Amino acid sequence: MSDNILTLRNIETYYGPILAIRGISLDVQKGKIVTILGANGAGKTTILKTISGAMVPQKGKIEFMGRELQKQNPDWVARKGIAHVPEGREVFPLLSVQENLLMGAYVRKDKKKVNEDLEVVYDYFRVLKERSKQKSGLLSGGEQQMLVLGRAMMARPKLMLLDEPSLGLSPLFVQDIFNIIKRLNTVQKMTMLLVEQNANMALQSSAYGYVLENGRIVMEDTCENLMASDDIKEFYMGIKEEGVRGKRRWKKRKTWR
Amino acid sequence: MEFLQVLITGLGQGCLYGLIALGFVLIYKATEIVNFAQGDLLMLGAFFAVTYIGILDLPYWLGFLLTIISMAVFGYLLDMLVIRSMIGESQLSIIILTISIGFILRAVAGGIWGSDILSLETPYSGEMANIEGLVIGQEYLVVIAGTIVLSVILFLFFKFSSLGIAMQASSQNQLAAYYMGVPVKRVFSLIWAISALVAAVAGTLMAPISLVDPQMGFIGIKAFAAAVIGGFGSLPGALIGGLIIGISEQLAGTYLPTGFQEITAYLIMFLVLTLRPKGLFAQIQQKKV
Ligand SMILES: Nc1ncnc2c1ncn2[C@@H]1O[C@H](COP(=O)(O)OP(=O)(O)O)[C@@H](O)[C@H]1O
Ligand SMILES: [Mg+2]
Repeated sequence: MSDNILTLRNIETYYGPILAIRGISLDVQKGKIVTILGANGAGKTTILKTISGAMVPQKGKIEFMGRELQKQNPDWVARKGIAHVPEGREVFPLLSVQENLLMGAYVRKDKKKVNEDLEVVYDYFRVLKERSKQKSGLLSGGEQQMLVLGRAMMARPKLMLLDEPSLGLSPLFVQDIFNIIKRLNTVQKMTMLLVEQNANMALQSSAYGYVLENGRIVMEDTCENLMASDDIKEFYMGIKEEGVRGKRRWKKRKTWR
Repeated sequence: MEFLQVLITGLGQGCLYGLIALGFVLIYKATEIVNFAQGDLLMLGAFFAVTYIGILDLPYWLGFLLTIISMAVFGYLLDMLVIRSMIGESQLSIIILTISIGFILRAVAGGIWGSDILSLETPYSGEMANIEGLVIGQEYLVVIAGTIVLSVILFLFFKFSSLGIAMQASSQNQLAAYYMGVPVKRVFSLIWAISALVAAVAGTLMAPISLVDPQMGFIGIKAFAAAVIGGFGSLPGALIGGLIIGISEQLAGTYLPTGFQEITAYLIMFLVLTLRPKGLFAQIQQKKV
């Protein structure tokens, strides 16, 4: 037995006639942060939506803690312990910050512990405590990102799916968000599948990484090795090294720029 | 004195409009469907009440309770078996569907209960309240009291119960609600159940005042105007819209030449749409689906 909490095998998902991800296989180990890197349109969001049941794969198998997930509804998947933090800060705009957080705990039965967790979340995100009574639609983008992260924590999930949590945030907020992601992983032992375009931050926070291009996984390795790879440095981290190799090794380099 | 009497009659009538408007808004906020059969749900509720209380001779409160339960079940099933299958179809086909449901309900009601005009006897029928020399039919006071009680219950439910908050959440951001583990489809059916329940209360309260016949659901057209006035997205707005129409109608009927009463609702709707196109209580946020 491995200690994989989530495995995907040969997943293919379509938008109508368009094949968005092709033959995706990946593993997430318990207690680890695993990252998927890829440019805009590579298929990162589609992978997460397929895991959480918002999209149904045409082919392949998804296994989460011994249960098959493909063909299940998103609410079922959520009840089994996967918290999906979608891209674009999907708050409930007319509910207060606190109501949003409590919605995160909607499926939990241990209502007493929920209140303790609320304090934990407020401890992670001080600004949310200050604004607990405000309508969440009035928060800034960075605050909303904190809210959706905190809301996912309230579910006490066994696995978090994070879709580009740093997108569109100012550098200061980006640093904050990644600090919190790391703290969640080390302190709460939270397992996470993190999707990012910000390769720098993602590789520094994660243990293992997959590189996605046009719906296919083109590379996978420990983040340490990925960070040392010239291709990753050049095309994802923006570090250009002098040398002959790494010029045109990937055919579609224009797509990752 | 006459003015006060007109005011109270208008308030009572306005409460009925408001309750139906509430049903419109509840369903629209959650599913973006305008349920043009909302008035006919009221009609069906009134027939249930007449059947349980008038025909089967059950005690009033038991009959009331059974009416509410029957209509809630009816609303739930209507969504689950009919409306849900239309998800993804164009707005127009869904509108046509809800209009047709109205036709069908009227035809079925006519078939079952006949076109005889029925009315509902209540424990308070025909009694007059005498408040400081002011004589008012109890029926209107009961309508007002019933509306207040129901509104308070709904307010507490949506504000404090976890199901009520989940309903708000599902209305504001469907996919995110799914991700929280909310069974959104079932929640939407429950919202239909609540709308039908509210219509049933309105129908039961209206039955002693008006006559119960298959056409009584046309009150829904004025209630629609009330919902528009309220901004078609706000529950308090819907109620207030109803009150505005109810009271202005009675005032127009009393103090303006004949004919004005019937068009008051539409005149006000027109005015509001011209001056404040989003209604009086438009909500700030665009919803996400
Ligand atoms: N709603 C949609 N309809 C059709 N095609 C889509 C839709 N959403 C995404 N796609 C396509 O699927 C591919 C993967 O998209 P996505 O998973 O959103 O990428 P990423 O999250 O990596 O930016 C893209 O080529 C995109 O054009
Ligand atoms: Mg994406």
